Amino acid sequence: MKNIWLICRKDLKSYYTTWIAYSLFTRVALVFGFFFYVAAAIFATRSMQASMMGGGMPMDVNEWVIRPLLMNVAVISLFLIPMIGMRLFAEEKNSGTIELLLTSPVRDLEIVLGKWLGGLLFYCCLLGIAALNLGFLFFYGQPDWKPVVLGFLGLVLQGGALLAVCTFLSSLTRNQIIAADAGFTICLLLWVLDWVSAYETAAWAKVMSYLSLSTHFEQFAKGVLDSRDLVYYFSMIFLWLFLTTRSVESLRWRS
Amino acid sequence: MIKVEGLTKRYGRVTAVDNISFSVEKGQIVGFLGPNGAGKTTTMRVLTCFLPPTAGSVSVAGFDVLEQPLEVKKRVGYLPESPPLYPEMRVSAYLTFVARLKGVPKREVARRVNEACEKCAVANVKDRIIGQLSKGYRQRVGLAQAVIHNPDVLILDEPTTGLDPKQIIETRQLIRNLAGEHTVIMSTHILPAVEQTCQQVIVIDNGKVVANDSVQNLTQRERGVEAVSVEVASREGALDHAGVQRRLEQVPGVSRVQLMESGDGLCRLEVEGLAGRLIRDDVARAVLDAGWRLHELRPVSLSLEQMFLELTAATEEAATEAAAK
Repeated sequence: MKNIWLICRKDLKSYYTTWIAYSLFTRVALVFGFFFYVAAAIFATRSMQASMMGGGMPMDVNEWVIRPLLMNVAVISLFLIPMIGMRLFAEEKNSGTIELLLTSPVRDLEIVLGKWLGGLLFYCCLLGIAALNLGFLFFYGQPDWKPVVLGFLGLVLQGGALLAVCTFLSSLTRNQIIAADAGFTICLLLWVLDWVSAYETAAWAKVMSYLSLSTHFEQFAKGVLDSRDLVYYFSMIFLWLFLTTRSVESLRWRS
Repeated sequence: MIKVEGLTKRYGRVTAVDNISFSVEKGQIVGFLGPNGAGKTTTMRVLTCFLPPTAGSVSVAGFDVLEQPLEVKKRVGYLPESPPLYPEMRVSAYLTFVARLKGVPKREVARRVNEACEKCAVANVKDRIIGQLSKGYRQRVGLAQAVIHNPDVLILDEPTTGLDPKQIIETRQLIRNLAGEHTVIMSTHILPAVEQTCQQVIVIDNGKVVANDSVQNLTQRERGVEAVSVEVASREGALDHAGVQRRLEQVPGVSRVQLMESGDGLCRLEVEGLAGRLIRDDVARAVLDAGWRLHELRPVSLSLEQMFLELTAATEEAATEAAAK
């Protein structure tokens, strides 16, 4: 346990000392800030038009602003996660520091968990930047907070699952670019896998749809907490971290 | 402290280490010697539990590397060929991280980091970022990393490569200071380093141990005969080199005279005596009687360098013979 935390902290810190953190913070602040601004502006214009025409129900902030924004963050994370995960093992392998980790009295699983957790905590920092924008909504209005909390929980879970995939890919290569590229491809595919269900209802299409990230994230964005979605995320995390541990073990006889 | 029996390591079809055995006593400094690709690094990686052996048994500090790797790792400090440093970290933060990783209790960490910095002469760069340090400092931070948890066994893979001569001497001194409380295995292909630092030498070539002995024994083993190097100069004018050689060959007890260097009015020869004969005084007298100047006369012992070349050449010959068959 102590070792996991130790490695996690070292990896988390290195995002900041290598300036990756500040580069990604800027990107998230800019891109998400722009999304937020546009969504809020559209909402303001529409609701003004609606009230001028005397249309009965006031528009719902949660449905019109927060839900699309959460979906946006989920899509942006498909780009962010590979950039966070690519270095986890590839960098250590390339610089030779993996030899330090593997010859220290630490279990392979502890190394994998520590690194994954370090990346995940950093991703949570990025989400924090995104969440700042939503703070404005609470400052000026009274949106329903429960779907927002659930939405961010969904983002963290999705981040954990995708980061597990990227950690695994990073453990396969010493080249960060390859790790990032493969990670991005898989993240994107997992997101769009659900599209087949638009034209096909056969069993394989249902399986594809179940495997798709977007199927499960939509529930969270709507503010619905379903145990099936939790099972999906946790089994993804478990599976990929298990594979990573195997891959790290195999470094011993592959290298 | 270290016991290796029948260790074999194969990478696919390539056999990097072929059935080697040796043992090292506590507190010794052992030089691990061999040409590039001989299997030194592989053997060290097995000792540090980085690689599992294909066959054979290896135990360090009484623990088997396959059965109880965590116990072995706690007792081993390892400096790989390229020091495993995080360039973005500061020296003190890095050493603190390694100390914690190696299981140093929290309240002792600060003291151990200071000690290691003092021992390895990196105290003055403690607050610098590793990536900005010179090669010599990085190597020493690597060494500090290896000794930080006060391990029983230190395994150093080419600890002096890339250092300047002054740093090499300092590092050797440092390693000598570490011996006693630690058992040290260092690999190198720089022979003077071994002659000056190590007590025991294991020569490995093509994945096999070709010699395992003390430095003294190894350098003397090849000869039971006295050999001297003689530098002769003429009193005036040119010197007849062939004449000098003929004259020395006539000295009683001399078996062989070889002209090593010849210059204007000057030459150096290596004179070898018959087994059990002291030839030094007779050689000197012969030179003086002939009217030449005796510039230098010193005994030659087979240097580790020659010994190394002879040993590794022998295995190469054996290999080519085996291939021919």
